Amino acid sequence: MSKTEAFVKLPDRSPPGSSVGAIAWTRQNLFSSATNTLTTILFLYLFYLYLPSFLDWAIFSANISGSDRSICDANKAGACWTFIKVRFDQLLFGLYFAANPEQIWRPTAALSLFALILVPLVIEKTPHKKWLMLFLLTIYPIIFIVLVYGGFFGIPVSNTTQWGGFLLTFALAFVGIILALPLGILLALGRRSEMPIIRALSVTYIEFWRGTPLITILFMASVMLPLFFPSGVEFDKVVRAMIGITLFQSAYTAEAVRGGLQAIDKGQGEASMALGMGYWRRNIFIILPQALKISIPSIVNTFIALFKDTSLVSIIGLLDLLNMSQTASRSLDWNGYDIEGYLFAGFIFWIFCYGMSSYSQSLEKKLDTERRVE
Amino acid sequence: MTQTTKAKKVNLDTNPPIIKIDKLNKWFGKFHVLKDIDLQVNKTEKIVICGPSGSGKSTLIRCINRLEVHQEGSIVVDGTELTDDVKQINEIRSDVGMVFQHFNLFPHLTVLENCTLAPIWVRKKSKMEADELAMDLLTKVRIPDQAKKYPGQLSGGQQQRVAIARALCMQPRVMLFDEPTSALDPEMIKEVLETMIELAESGMTMLVVTHEMGFANKVADRVIFMDEGQIVEQNDPKNFFNNPKSDRTKLFLSQILNH
Repeated sequence: MSKTEAFVKLPDRSPPGSSVGAIAWTRQNLFSSATNTLTTILFLYLFYLYLPSFLDWAIFSANISGSDRSICDANKAGACWTFIKVRFDQLLFGLYFAANPEQIWRPTAALSLFALILVPLVIEKTPHKKWLMLFLLTIYPIIFIVLVYGGFFGIPVSNTTQWGGFLLTFALAFVGIILALPLGILLALGRRSEMPIIRALSVTYIEFWRGTPLITILFMASVMLPLFFPSGVEFDKVVRAMIGITLFQSAYTAEAVRGGLQAIDKGQGEASMALGMGYWRRNIFIILPQALKISIPSIVNTFIALFKDTSLVSIIGLLDLLNMSQTASRSLDWNGYDIEGYLFAGFIFWIFCYGMSSYSQSLEKKLDTERRVE
Repeated sequence: MTQTTKAKKVNLDTNPPIIKIDKLNKWFGKFHVLKDIDLQVNKTEKIVICGPSGSGKSTLIRCINRLEVHQEGSIVVDGTELTDDVKQINEIRSDVGMVFQHFNLFPHLTVLENCTLAPIWVRKKSKMEADELAMDLLTKVRIPDQAKKYPGQLSGGQQQRVAIARALCMQPRVMLFDEPTSALDPEMIKEVLETMIELAESGMTMLVVTHEMGFANKVADRVIFMDEGQIVEQNDPKNFFNNPKSDRTKLFLSQILNH
């Protein structure tokens, strides 16, 4: 055997200076080619053209003072945020609370509590997140009903027909999301069941609700449901909308979850079977945690769609945030300031949708980095 | 129910086979994968099953814990016959450990959680008991220091040793190995085989589907050669390798040993 050489490891060096830093980034990303440079200049020009005039209208020349339209009418160059300020309670909490300002603490407390629970849930290092989540899904809805609907502890009832604005949007979306997720998971499992009847029922359910427009479902829930009940039995309109939205949403969630289930390697199920675990244990401990992680983007996608679709309840005469803005801007007091109303509604919708999107992205990242497979 | 089967076991024999397969036939659709398989495995016996791919060797051991359903014949594991009874299937599965070619560890759980999940939920052990047993077995497969890591952070050889420990945590009576080293880099095959040899020395009953003939030679009490869904030949390793009875075995051995 011939003599062997010792293996010498070369030292690691840092990358050359021209490839890191802000100037290098700009050159590589904004001016790397002629087309790229042209695009960059074009967009800078468009910003220059439109951004200042928009900012001037929305911020620098905008009206916010006063309590009626006279100020806005006098200064048409700026947005009329006075309208939003004056009608703020109506836009957020609906007609009942706008008419009874001494009750506004109720929805304020309910929504603040939600925010208060949400903050630690989003912060990564919070301990006992499971319990917080459980509280949010079970006890919080009860607190919400007691506070917002009332009827307990001497709190006056706010009739749901008077609910509206962001409060209604929130209530519809929250119920839709927390009920549709478990229902959707069961439907997705049903669709992959080995039992033909369960499978057929799940497929029929999913395809029926997915194939029907939400607007039709809401309309039917409002007009047709009462036909099935004896006259005199009054079914709450908001509850009907919630049922319709949940049934509709669960079909979409089911398909999102099924996508995740299909991506799980068959070996995972086999390994848990080989350990003697039954159907539910296999799914709860092994299959679903992995499948749900994969389907986070598509599940959140359906939730964002749902959040925005709640506006369709206008078809049955409920005024959510968007429709409330429209109604308010068509009142005699503020006629003509609908752009401000739409912008405000759009902004609130955007905050929540972007929040959901960001949270899902951070969740994906977190679940991915610490558990890389193979 | 369990009492009658127990009674039957005692009456049959003082040392009955732990696995008894009679006239087993299985089809995948119209394809006849297993033909008239008869096999008895005694306690503490080590059996190596080899054969060309598609010969049905993996399917055979997967039938033993009902990952595959057979259509004809009977499989009796430790006195209990495999039927459609889900409860019985799960009982047998918890007594029969299995190690897969691709490890099939649960990627969302730590190594320790992989090992304790089934003991806690199927065997109803307390968490402390399960942790203790798992750490003990992880020490035996020489990776106790990886207990808090996720499977994705381990090498292939380490993952397969975790998979062995995970199966052992159920304290099985039989261990099935389905090509446990086929997906490993050459440098890692050795550490897994060493773990399996130690397990064999501890007296575990083992059925191993593998092409590692060195392992077969060293550990097996019996080597079974399968082709076309049939058991072509079974013999002790010495005779199996040195003077095989069947031409088909000879051809197979010449192909896998001379490359």
